[in-house]
Amino acid sequence: MADDLFAVTDKPVSIGEITQKVIRPECGAVTTFTGTVRELTNGKRTLSLEYHAYKSMAVKMLEQIGQEIQEKWPDTLAAITHRTGHLQISDIAVVIAVSSPHRKAAYEANQYAIERIKEIVPIWKKEHWADGTKWVGDQLETTAYPQGKPPKGDAL
Amino acid sequence: MIKVLFFARLQEEIGKESMEVEKAGVSVSDLKKWLAATHHLPHMTQTMAAINENYANDDDIVNEGDTIAFIPPVSGG
Repeated sequence: MADDLFAVTDKPVSIGEITQKVIRPECGAVTTFTGTVRELTNGKRTLSLEYHAYKSMAVKMLEQIGQEIQEKWPDTLAAITHRTGHLQISDIAVVIAVSSPHRKAAYEANQYAIERIKEIVPIWKKEHWADGTKWVGDQLETTAYPQGKPPKGDAL
Repeated sequence: MIKVLFFARLQEEIGKESMEVEKAGVSVSDLKKWLAATHHLPHMTQTMAAINENYANDDDIVNEGDTIAFIPPVSGG
């Protein structure tokens, strides 16, 4: 079941499909986060972008995020799918769904998941701008990685 | 023999996805320094490493048959 909950795919991602994976009788709340391709970043126009992944490790890291969420919010169930390949403006890049008996844990765990994705999941975004391309890194301004590895799971 | 994987900007800088090197027994940081020097890679110090898909420390040793991936700052999500 775990490998079904956490996936990296080059096919379009369906919000409904990911959400359905976590809906169960004991939950009364489901939060769904959708990350889409943004056209303007600090005034710069993105034409399209590409996501590349170290796929096998990326899936493993998504599963690790799932385990961290289980430890922090034991009654939740999370599912995450991240897209790779060439995406257009407004295409869905990532969907995170979390279900829980009550809404608070579902909101918190969902936010935790996206923050951790930006820290530990080996996926990279290459921006295609009108005047060229660039690999984006350092979204969290931790480029130097002083410990040589990403921070441990205690964000939030 | 160890297998080395490159991703994103690093992959473009070195011009290939992977290579095999006779460097078993070396530490992650020494392998980074060697690659930076021999392949003119200016960003190796800003790069994380994973040995067999687990994040590694700079002083971890890369053993015979291991796969080490160099992971530039990630930007998923």
